[in-house]
Amino acid sequence: MPHKTFLFFIWPSLLAMILFIALPIGSVAYQSLFIEHEKILIEAKNCGPFGCTSQVSVDAEAMARLRAEQPAGRFNGLGTYTNPTHLATDEIADIVATSKNFGEIRSRIMNLPFYKALIFTLAYTFIVTPLVIILGFIIAVVVNSVPKLLKGPVIFFSLLPMLVTPLVGSLVLFWMIDSRGIIGAMLQSLFNDPTLSLKASPTLTWLTLFTYGVWHSAPFAFVVFYAGLQTVPKDTLESAMVDGASRWERVRFVTIPYLAPLATFIALMQLMDNFRVFEPIIGFSAAASATSLSYLIYNDLRAAESPLFGSAAATSMLTIIGVIILLLPVLRRNWREFNRKT
Amino acid sequence: MSDLANRKPLPLALLSAVFVLCWLVIAAFPFLWTMWGSFKVEGDFFSRADWMNAITGPVTERQYGSPFTLAGYEGAWVQQEFWRAVVNTAIVTVFVVLISLTLGTLGGYALARSGFRYTFWLLMAALVFRAMPHVTLVSGYLLPFFQLNVWGYLPTTIIVLVAINQPFTLWMLHSFFLSIPKDLDEAAMVDGCTRFQAFRLAIIPVMWPGVVTTGLFSFLLAYNDFTVTSMLLSQENATMIPKINSFLGSTQEEGKVMYAVAAVVSAIVPLFVLILFFQRQIVSGLTAGAVKG
Repeated sequence: MPHKTFLFFIWPSLLAMILFIALPIGSVAYQSLFIEHEKILIEAKNCGPFGCTSQVSVDAEAMARLRAEQPAGRFNGLGTYTNPTHLATDEIADIVATSKNFGEIRSRIMNLPFYKALIFTLAYTFIVTPLVIILGFIIAVVVNSVPKLLKGPVIFFSLLPMLVTPLVGSLVLFWMIDSRGIIGAMLQSLFNDPTLSLKASPTLTWLTLFTYGVWHSAPFAFVVFYAGLQTVPKDTLESAMVDGASRWERVRFVTIPYLAPLATFIALMQLMDNFRVFEPIIGFSAAASATSLSYLIYNDLRAAESPLFGSAAATSMLTIIGVIILLLPVLRRNWREFNRKT
Repeated sequence: MSDLANRKPLPLALLSAVFVLCWLVIAAFPFLWTMWGSFKVEGDFFSRADWMNAITGPVTERQYGSPFTLAGYEGAWVQQEFWRAVVNTAIVTVFVVLISLTLGTLGGYALARSGFRYTFWLLMAALVFRAMPHVTLVSGYLLPFFQLNVWGYLPTTIIVLVAINQPFTLWMLHSFFLSIPKDLDEAAMVDGCTRFQAFRLAIIPVMWPGVVTTGLFSFLLAYNDFTVTSMLLSQENATMIPKINSFLGSTQEEGKVMYAVAAVVSAIVPLFVLILFFQRQIVSGLTAGAVKG
């Protein structure tokens, strides 16, 4: 296809992606170098019968003028990146210098908002992803062996947790684990502890979010593996049987190697999706004990008075760098494959 | 393979039956439970006394004279004007699906038929774009949109959702068009068609299965989106999911959590119907990326 025809076909979608994905990334990079204007204060003398008092207030008019002139705020260089709510370089240096042991360093770093969110995001990504793959695989193998009549309904109901939006799905679970909800009440009677609440401790909240993540994504892995199982070559399975392989050995030495590429695909999709975990935190009202990078950005943009564009943009840039690091191995592999093909 | 040789020992068969049942309960029970509970009052659905109350509904019966009530739905749909959000969602999803499929088929077709090196780079860029957390992009939009005075309107959100959806649509349709033999449109071009005529006359008639599948996923993205819609739409233009979230802020204190429950169920039911009719397409769409690339 000549370049001109190619361009003719692709320009609308290319334009959409450049305007609304590439440019915003540039805009984020630009905004992250700026910070909100300082408040312009005016002092007004207020003289009454009991003497004069002076009152300091924000000059709204001057502020509005300044905002109109420089909407992004004032230039701050990389200041936002290193401040205490982001990379907190000074605080880290201080913590490392003054802490006695590793445990103290760790717990003090966990109090810095950015690192708290980063650690949760990474923990979520790297705990949920493997569990999803394992659980999805087990479900697929078992469902593949049940009578045909059951398969349709099982797939139907399995799709639900995945297709329902994370906010709604997490709300549904959140209401059930409420101490007055069915799961919450059952756990209380199970452990014989009427004060037990999954929302109270950070550890339990983390576990709840991980469980939710696995529940939400396992169906995806299940469906992909299930489709893969239909294509496992029957001949190989049969010759394995002739050679005396047991049921488990057939799964271990025929099915798993055959499905390994699918596992890579699921892992890639899951890494991308889990890294942006955000809605469950809102659904479970878990922000007090678990925040993610995406949640930090959302929170900055939702700040009570006016959105903290600079701060949100700096977190966004750091998140984008994280995504690229995450994808680097995949991109390298694709590049090698592409070169081999051409 | 003979069935006899493949027959399972009884304990293993039992074990797998139990496992499948467990998984079914885990996957489906929360939704069925919430649907059932949405017809109760808060005192039953969040019962302090006994969880069985959520099934039998004694408090609901005392208040409304029957164990089922539509009070939650009435509160959400009429009092809190949830119907407005439903209309907005309908507008957004219809336009997002139509526009992203139009752009996506053209682009995906071009990517599938052009053999140049830059198609690889475009696809890789699309992959990176697909991985971008949406909220980072939103933080890039907000300030320019405030400046241009386009914040809060449905068309803005529709265009943004289309653009966010493009990388996925391109990948999916690209791999679908690769599976349509090249000879088809090349034969049309030998017969004197231009590239676009070949696309219109030879490809469009056979592309519908792939387009329907991709369309389903575009629909799901637009329908389920929370990040973009909650940040880019004003209160009165809100779609369903941000509306549900705003219920939580405003209604949790007043003991009106049942409004949110009813709204959540209202948002789930269309998905139920969707899966019922399009299960096969959804499954094939989920696996398309895996099997082909």
